[in-house]
Parts: sequence; structure tokens; C-alpha cells
Amino acid sequence: MTYVHPRPHAILPLRLERLGYAVGGKPLLVDIDLEVEAGRRCVVLGANGAGKSLLLRLCHGLLEPTSGARRWRNGDARPAAQAMVLQRPVLLRRSVAANLDYPLALRGLARAERRRTVAETLERFGLAPLADRPARLLSGGEQQRLALARAWAMRPEVLFLDEPSAALDPSATRIIEAMIEAFSMDGITIVMTTHDLGQARRLAHDVAFLHRGRLVEVGPAETFFSGPRTPEARAFLAGDLVW
Amino acid sequence: MLGPFATAFHLIVAGDPALLQIIGLSLQVTLTAVVVACLIGLPLGAGLALSRFYGRSVVVVVCNALMGLPPVVAGLVVYLMLSRSGPFGALALLFTPTAMIIAQTLLILPIVISLTRSVVEDLWAEYREQLRSLGAGRLRAVPTLLWDGRVSLLTGVLAGFGRASAEVGAVLIVGGNIAGHTRTMTTAITLETSRGNLGLAVALGIILLGLTLTLNAFAWGAGQWARARLG
Repeated sequence: MTYVHPRPHAILPLRLERLGYAVGGKPLLVDIDLEVEAGRRCVVLGANGAGKSLLLRLCHGLLEPTSGARRWRNGDARPAAQAMVLQRPVLLRRSVAANLDYPLALRGLARAERRRTVAETLERFGLAPLADRPARLLSGGEQQRLALARAWAMRPEVLFLDEPSAALDPSATRIIEAMIEAFSMDGITIVMTTHDLGQARRLAHDVAFLHRGRLVEVGPAETFFSGPRTPEARAFLAGDLVW
Repeated sequence: MLGPFATAFHLIVAGDPALLQIIGLSLQVTLTAVVVACLIGLPLGAGLALSRFYGRSVVVVVCNALMGLPPVVAGLVVYLMLSRSGPFGALALLFTPTAMIIAQTLLILPIVISLTRSVVEDLWAEYREQLRSLGAGRLRAVPTLLWDGRVSLLTGVLAGFGRASAEVGAVLIVGGNIAGHTRTMTTAITLETSRGNLGLAVALGIILLGLTLTLNAFAWGAGQWARARLG
């Protein structure tokens, strides 16, 4: 099984320039400056309501910024070589294999190539025994594995993961983390949110820390965890951040 | 009192040719109307669910209201359209099975459109972000949502079939209840009862009831199966 990337790093880095998002005049994200570099794993941290999920959806293109700009390297407004696993991924009411096939068909891939990619994906993530099972009847852990595998099958350069292991038990969480590391090895850039600080320590190369809609700290994970510069980040890590 | 039932039993068991002809025509007319109404109503209902335009609420309310369209009124409308002096009089369709299919399609269409709209609207709320993320636009989402809502939609289609197979007014007005040509189960029951020929009426009544029961059993079974099999 070899993962062949069609155009390595054609769309990265992604630059957010003074990006803001407001609903009805209420600012939810303010002046975000962030560069998503190729080949890294960036973990977005912050309390509930800090705007983590919003930030990912803006990057992915599910939402458009109300101020500032989102610039992909190739200039596309919403390049195809990116994927996202939503916080509550929706699996279609069909088989596991058909769920993997669906986005490939949307992209107009030929039947033979789709079949090959689906088989490879099933094999790679241990889903082959479940191929014909209805996706909606899988366990929570299996469903999440399928959601991640579906994103991988789309051959993204960058993958956005919104709380990829929320509501999973420790063993399912371990499987998801192993998948994320495997994606990384394939050269896929990861941007993810998590509530699990242990997970952030295990996976993060870089940390972006959001507080009330502002990006208050960005940098290498080691620096962030060993010596956070801002009082908000220190409070957050100490577990006593009050909203 | 047992007389009509004995006659009915005899007619059914013997496979009376007049009886079979009436049943065959009824099914042919209603099934064709259901298929036509689905071909038009499923995409239209899904389109209505996903689109936002000025006056959309009016369309939604009108479709909902038309679900209760009295069959005689539907029949009257089609009659006016197809009669000699009507806009489509030249087609000479009045008092043919085709006219009956048109009238019944008109009856079923609002049910299919309204139900599809409601099912697809609910699914769209759930699927919207995910489909967009996977790369499906609004138009491409339509077949996906129809397919994923197939179980709920089947219930609606069967409701339409039930309504059409049970109504008398529309087919009586535009079909004319001509023996061997446009006589259906419901129009035959009306006529035979008024003529005092209760045996045939009861036989047809039993078959109509059986048909309704079978359909509902099928719809229920399909729903159960789908929930267990598809989640």
C-alpha cells in the first residue's frame, strides 16, 4: 500500500490574514493571523466557545470570513485537496464501502480508480471486514474511524479535524490518534481541535491558543506547554480558566 | 344478509372475468398515477426543500392544503381541461383511462411534494455541512438526500397510492364509469350498490380492503426492515 500524493504541497501554506467572523454584529473571531505550514500537526486549543470549531470551518471553507482574508498558496478560494472531519460527522445511510466511494464519485473519479481507492482505504484502516455493513449501525469508535478514513480517501494535503475523539473511550481514542499519526506520515498536514490536553501533548507540533475569539498564543508545542507566555494560556493549562 | 357475501365469495374464488378486468384497470390507473406523481413530485419536493425564493412559503402552504383536495374537485378541474370546449379538448382524452390517470396524478402530487419537502428539509439540516465538506453542491445533494430519505419517502408514496385507490369522485367524473373501459373498483361499487347488485359490490369492497391492508403491512414491514438494516 503506497500513498501517492498527486500534487505535494500545492495549496499550502494557508494564510489567515486579520481574519474575522461576526454574526449579527457580534464578533466571534477577531483579527486572526495564522499560517498553516505544510507537514505539521497544529492543535487549536481553547475553552468552550473560544471559537476553535469556527476557526476550522472558516479554514475549510464551510464559512466565509466577514473580515480579513483566507489565502491558499495556489490562490483557489476553496481548493479540492483538503478535507474535514466534523465534530459530529454524518455518515450516509448506506454501506461502509459506499460511504468511502461517495466523495470520490463527487470528484468524478473513474469507477475503476474509485474501486481501487476504496479497497485500499478499507484495507489500510482495518475496515475491510465491515465493508458491507450499514455505516449508521457501526459502534461510535468504528463510525469515527470510517469518518477519518473517508477524509483520507479524498487525498487531502491538509486535513481539519474537529474534536476527532470526543465521546470515544480510551481504546478507540488510541486508534484515532494512531490514524492521525499515520496521516502525518503520509505527508498530510493536520489542523485539529481537542479538549484533551494529554492528546494535545501527544500529537501537537504547534499549538494555536484561542481565547474569546482571539488568537492569543501561537508557537511550537514544546514552548507552549513548558512556558506559556500569556496569563490566559497559563490559566488554561492549569485548568482554572474561568470564562 | 349473507347473500351478498356468498355471491362475493363465489365471484372471487371463480375469478370472474368482469371482476378481474375491473381490478386490473384500477391497479393500472392508480399505479401509473403514482409513478408519474413520483417522477414529478420527488425532484420538485426536494427542490422546494433546498431552495429559498420569494413566495416559497405560499407554495409550501398551497401544497400542504392541496393534500386535502377533494377528489370530485380534482375530477372537475380535469374534466374542464379535457372536455370538448376545454383547452385540451382536441386530444379527445375525456372518458379514457388516460384522463383517469391525469386526475389521480393531480390528487397524489401534492402528497408526494409535501412529504418529500418535509423529509428532505429535515435531512438537509443534518447533512448540509457534511455534504458541502465532501464537495456536493445543492443540486448534487438532491439525489443523495432522496436516497438517504428513501424509507420515509416510501411511506408517503404508499399514502398517495392509498388515497388514489380509494377515491371515487375523480375517476367517476373524468372516466365516466364505462363498463369494460373505465370502470374501476370504486366506481363499480357505487354503481352496483345503487343497482342493488350487492354481490359484486361486496366482492370489490373486500378486495379493496385487502389491498389497503397489504399495502400498510408492506409499508410497516419495510420501515422495520430498514431501521434494522440501515440505521
